[in-house]
Parts: sequence; C-alpha cells; structure tokens
Amino acid sequence: MNKILSLEMVNITKRFPGVIANQDVNIKVNAGEVMALLGENGAGKTTLMNILYGLYNPNEGDILINGKKVKIRSPQNALDLGIGMVHQHFMLVPSLTVTENVALGINFKNKFKMDLKVVADKIKKLGEKNNLNVDPNAYISQLSVGEQQRVEIIKALYHGANFLVLDEPTAALTPQETDQLIKWIREIIKDDMGVIFISHKLKEVTEVSDKVEVLRDGKNVFSVQTNKTNVDELAREMAGRDIELPTVDKKNEFGDVVLKVEDVWAKSDKGTDALKGISLALKKGEILGIAGVSGNGQKELAEVITGFRKVNKGKINFKDENIVNKSIQYIIDQGLGFIPEDRLHMGTVPGFKVKENLILKDYLKYPFCKNFILKPKYIESYCKTTVDEYDIKCPNINTPTHALSGGNIQKLILSRELKRNPVALVASYPIRGVDIGAIEYIHEKLLEARNNDVGILLITEELEELLNLSDRIAVIYEGKILDILEADKATKSKLGLLMAGVKEG
Amino acid sequence: MNKVINKVLFNVTILLFAFLVALILGSVILLIAGVNPLFAYKAMIINPIFSVYGLSEAVVRAIPLMLVGIGISIAFRSKMINIGAEGQLQLGAVAGGAMALAFAGAPKIILIPLTLLAGFMAGGLWGGIAGWLKAKLSVNEVLSTVMLNYIAFQIYLYLIRGPLIDPAELAYGTGVPQTQRMPDSALFDRLILGQRIHSGIFVAILIAILVYYLLWKTSFGFRLRAVGEEPKAAKYAGIKVNKYLVLAMILSGGLAGIAGSVEVIGVHHRVLEGLSANYGFTGIVVALFGSLHPIGVIPASFFFGLLLIGAEMMQRAVDIPSAIVISIQGLVILSVVSSNIILRNPAYRKKFEKLIFNKKLLFWR
Repeated sequence: MNKILSLEMVNITKRFPGVIANQDVNIKVNAGEVMALLGENGAGKTTLMNILYGLYNPNEGDILINGKKVKIRSPQNALDLGIGMVHQHFMLVPSLTVTENVALGINFKNKFKMDLKVVADKIKKLGEKNNLNVDPNAYISQLSVGEQQRVEIIKALYHGANFLVLDEPTAALTPQETDQLIKWIREIIKDDMGVIFISHKLKEVTEVSDKVEVLRDGKNVFSVQTNKTNVDELAREMAGRDIELPTVDKKNEFGDVVLKVEDVWAKSDKGTDALKGISLALKKGEILGIAGVSGNGQKELAEVITGFRKVNKGKINFKDENIVNKSIQYIIDQGLGFIPEDRLHMGTVPGFKVKENLILKDYLKYPFCKNFILKPKYIESYCKTTVDEYDIKCPNINTPTHALSGGNIQKLILSRELKRNPVALVASYPIRGVDIGAIEYIHEKLLEARNNDVGILLITEELEELLNLSDRIAVIYEGKILDILEADKATKSKLGLLMAGVKEG
Repeated sequence: MNKVINKVLFNVTILLFAFLVALILGSVILLIAGVNPLFAYKAMIINPIFSVYGLSEAVVRAIPLMLVGIGISIAFRSKMINIGAEGQLQLGAVAGGAMALAFAGAPKIILIPLTLLAGFMAGGLWGGIAGWLKAKLSVNEVLSTVMLNYIAFQIYLYLIRGPLIDPAELAYGTGVPQTQRMPDSALFDRLILGQRIHSGIFVAILIAILVYYLLWKTSFGFRLRAVGEEPKAAKYAGIKVNKYLVLAMILSGGLAGIAGSVEVIGVHHRVLEGLSANYGFTGIVVALFGSLHPIGVIPASFFFGLLLIGAEMMQRAVDIPSAIVISIQGLVILSVVSSNIILRNPAYRKKFEKLIFNKKLLFWR
C-alpha cells in the first residue's frame, strides 16, 4: 500500500432520483493537512464522503490519489487504498471487547481461529505510538463516547489507514473531549496523515483545520485557508446569507413563578441517585438556562418535570399545583411543552408522516378530531400552514419524518410545542447537531416565546447558547444546583469552573 | 394512468415469475415421486381457476384467512407478534357455536351478529391475556401466544367432546366429537347452489374496510399506530402505551375469533375437530404478504385461498401423498414471498423494470 500524499475528488456529480446531491464538486487534500468540509445539513457533505468511501458510485467525476485515477467500489477498496472513515454513528458491537471489534474486519489466515492476542498487542502498540490509549480488553459498552471514538480511529489505523475522514466527530463529545480530539488531530498530521474533518460547528473548524471547503446545495461555494477567514464569514458562506445569532434583551420585569422544583430526588436508569435534592424556580417570560457537563442529572431533571420519571421525594409545582408523579397526558394538558433530547425517537414517531407528527399532541382535540374521527381536511390545511410558517423543509406533509434532516425535525417539534401556546417549555439541547441556519431560527423562536410570557427551561451544554439566550443561568452538578447566576454576571470562565464543580468563596 | 398500468403489469409479472420458479423446483419433487409435473400442475392451477367449484372453494378459504390476516396486521402494527391466532380462532369458533345453539330461536338478523360477537369476545379474551401478560409482566408475546394455543386447543376439544357434544352422538353411541347442527337462523346464506361459498365474504370485506378506517381515520388508530411505530414517542405524546398493547391484542384475537365463528356458521355448520386447517398460522403469512394493511390483505387472502384449493385438487387428481403437496405449497409461498423484495426495494425494482419493459420480453409490449 502506498502512502497517500494527495487525494483529489474532481468534478464529482451524484444524482439521486429527483435531487442532485453533488454537482461538479472538487476537493483536494494533501498529506499533513486538515481540510474541513463545511456545510449545512443536506449540503452534500455526507454524500461526497460516501462516494470517497465506496458506498456510492458517482455519476460523473474521478477520484485521484497521488495524481493517479482510482476506482473505489466498496469500503474494502477504500481501506486497501489507505482511506479510513470514522462515522458519526459508531460501528461497534457493544457486547464485544475492543480487540474483538477490531478483529471483526481482519481476514485471518486460519479461517477457524482468531489470534486475538496478536491483535491486542498491535492495538496497544498503535495506541502508544499515536497517543490513543484504550484498554484492548475493555468491553465497548463500558467505554465513554470519547473512548469509543478512539476505538474507531484505532480500527481505521489498524487496517492501514493513512488518511482519515472524520464525519461530525464532535457531535456527541463533551467540550473537554472535543478539545482533546482537536489536539490529537493537530498532532497526528505531523506524521503526514491527511484528514478530512466534517462538521458544522464553526469554532472547531477554525481551530482544527488548515483549509476549509464550504458546500452549499451540493456545490463548492467557498474555499479558503483557515487563517484567512473567520467564523462569521464561514457562517455566511455556509448559509448563503448573513447569520446573526439573536441574543436576549435584558428586562427587569418577569411574571410570577410558574414552575417551582423543590428538593426533588430521583433515580437514574441505572438505579443511582441522579437528582439529589434539586431546587429551582422559573418565572413567566424568563429563560432559565441549565448549564452543566452532560450526565449531571439534566436528562433526569427534564424527565421528572414532564412526568416521564418517578420522583422519589420532593415537590414540583406547576401553576401552583403539585404535578409530581401525575400522568404525562395530564401535565401536557396543563400547558407544559417539552422539546426532548432524543428528537427522532421521542420527539417524533420516525415512521409517521410529517402531518401526523405535527398533531402528535393535538390529535384528540377539536377541530383536529371530532367524536374520535380525525378531520383530514382541517389537519392538512393546518399542517400546510405550519410547515410554511415555521419553514420546515420537507417535500410535502406526507413525507415520513425520518427522511427529514435533524434541523427540520427540530423545527417540526418546536412548531408543535409552540403552537400549543404552552405556559412553560422544557427545551433539552434544542440545537444539538443542528446547522447554523436552523440554530438562528430556533433561537429566534425561543426568544419570541419568552417575550410572549412563556417560561423556558433551557438545558444545554453549549455555553454560547446559554449566554445568548438566558436571563439567568443555573449550573447543575451531580444532581444539584450548584449556583444560579444572573446572565449579565456570567462569563464563560465562571461557568466553566462551576460546571467542573468548583464554587468560589 | 399508463404508469399505474405499468406498475400492475410489473407486479403481476414478478409474481408469476416467482410462481414459475417454485413450480420448476416443485417438479423435481414430483418427478421423484413418479408423477408427471405438467399433469399435476394443470390440476393445481388451471382446474381451480376454470371451475366454479375451484373458485368457490378458494373464496371459502380466503374468508377465514382474510379475517385472521386483518387481525394479525393490527397486532403486528403495534409491534405485538401474535402467533396465537390459531387458538383464538378455535375459541371463537366454539364460543360462536355455543351462542348460536343457545339462542337458536332468535331471528337471523339478531342471531348472526350475536354469534360473531361471541366469537370476537372469546378470541379477544385469549389475545387480551397475552397482551396483558406483556404489559404487566413483560412476558414475551411470542411465547405466551404459542402456549395459549395449546391451552385453547385442549379447551376446544374438551368442549366439543364433553359439554357441547351433539346429544344424538351420545344417543347412538357413535361419539363423534362435534356439536349439534347450528340452527338455520344462524347460518350464512350459500351464494351458489351446490357450492360452499357463503355470504361471510361480505362480512370479511366489510371488516377489512372498517379496520382500515379505524387505523387510519380515527384517533384510536392514530394511537395504536404511534405505539407500534415508536413507543417512546407515543409515551411522550401522553399515550398509555401498555393499554394500547392490550387493546391491539384484544382486537387481533377478536378478529381471529370472528374467523372461527364464521367457519362454523358459514362452512361446517357444526363445531367439529379439524375445523381450522391451520388458518391461524397461514393468516400470518397472508398478513405479511398483504403488507400488514387491511386492504392489502384482501387480495392476499384470495391468492392464498387459490393456492390452498389448488393443492387439494392436485392431490386428488394425481393421487400423491399429501406431504408432497404441502411441500410444493411451501415452495410456492416461499418464492412468492421472497419475490416481494423486488416489488418493495426501489433499486431492485428499477433493475427488473428495465429487464422487463425495455427489452420487450413481454408479449403485451
């Protein structure tokens, strides 16, 4: 296998029935260089990488390695040429060990016996050489997301990859893990490794890459050396228009307390105490941000308030009524909206049509339904208006929801929750994995709801989002609120310390 | 319009092709058994389609298959793998029969619905038990429905041998395990003189349409489908997931129960041993073949009805062991169901469409 000194994709065009996913796309990456591939959801990044990895055949165009034309027909081809890919969703078997997972892709000489010890040794060596420490004997299910990602990278390296494609590698990482990854990438390219880094998080892109290639609607629209550009310019090129993330305007008058959590205790799925006497109060017309490293009880907090999780002790007053352990339906009826963390499987029924998901909480109510009979005409017209009003991009309202991009699914959920005129809204990670155009939109809508007197509990790990939107920021740490800051007194460094569990004074 | 015609032509071609493959494979078996395959297949395919008897009998078999298939579709759509239709059907048959006998004097317009209702309740109870076990105790429904089949079958035998046995059988001392003949006012009308095809077919088709309406046009169906598609999201929308699992199983079992009582008052006119002919299991294949859609189940059940009677007619015509007939039937079902991938997967579909339409392989192009 030859070393990849340069990799080019020339005039790549890929058509799907009814859509052109890539049109005359050109990229070039040299060894020792990180190219960031930037674009909104649906811009054609993933299609392009799937072509590179042999999952799709392009309709037109060539792939050149070291200037020579190559045909990549399958992932095996790609690996043989030295291209390794780490997918956004890891391809690991949770019930097997690291070694076994790596061994899965090896053609052993002896078909009936796998020499796992050799594999384990090589994993160790590779790990030491590349500064990727993992225990070869650990089970995947025991590893954190960051460690699993390391296993994926090791898997690629084991198979001889000297060119890496990382598809949204930071989507599921904590901020600390992200920093580590970026550092590691800058380190590894010194060994003449080429890297394509796919993301729509602009800050990371500027930190990690040498050059940036922006795709929009399947075409190259902008390419630049990273040190000659900035976040704002990249955002503009990506979205095709000026992006200005909205920020909250200060106000001093808030409404009454609408949601009051008092000394609530609840267990996690594993049976440990996830919430240990948490207390907070949300006022009408206020955005209360919940900051914290994920896994400190955010998920459980959202779930106890919305009725998904049993509360062991404590009170939750919503509109002056204790809603602890009331049914989910009852809590919905009282006017509590919920944007859940798992947007595809909890926020929507993936196999349902867009229109069915838009009425997921309203299908029982007149005029959507009368005497148990759904009213298709009203539903259609209502959904058509909503899709237009909230700019949900879908072929039509009968499209199955799982065919939509993450940002559009999130807009769908947002529209459903907001159009029900909630009294309060719990929003969990509303912009996770969503591209910049959609972020702008979602934030505008959340602020608009706040100004209409909705109380919003905003759970997120993006500090920028918290600082842009919140009136107050509460920091959650190990199931308790460590401190609550007024937004104008909060800074990134202050929040960072608190999130790590350090309280000054 | 042309597109629709093309699509239908395409589907029919693929199905016929799959059918042909099965027949070629089956001919090997027939040759080994020392039978002329052409003769056997003529009896299996041509005879039923071109005889009143064959068509009538195909419909007779399609009726219970349709009802069971619709029920299975409801259960599978809410992700309950109901393997218990056979037991639910048998209990429905015996409950329907008992009801018809108990109210023998009632007029037809009351007695038939009453009989079907009894069948529905008995089958629904049996399905509901499995649903309840799943909801409350997380008992795997495949396991519970299979076990409940055994129990249902023994209850069925006990009832027709004991409490419900025809007094005449006891009086003559013959002891054939069957009930009295159903009163005339409970019977479905025969549609053709001398043939067994009966008006139950209208009931089955009506139920198919009703269930379609229920699943896609009502709030109840909305919930049921949501629970099956994604229980987490259903819960998020405030739906009591467990309740709907049980309801789906009650409906599913209930329809199998109706199939049982329809067999009693439509075909056999008594409750007797061997009434079901495995409709409860074949109905699962019918449901899957009909895309788990109540309307899709209608043609699927006719197709399988034809297959079943074809096999019977072949057996009688060429005098071969029934084991061979069953094997050939199995081959046909397997290859026809396998061909579904060509119909469903757009990539395959395109490939074969090119082959069929562009190369003008077909005489009609």
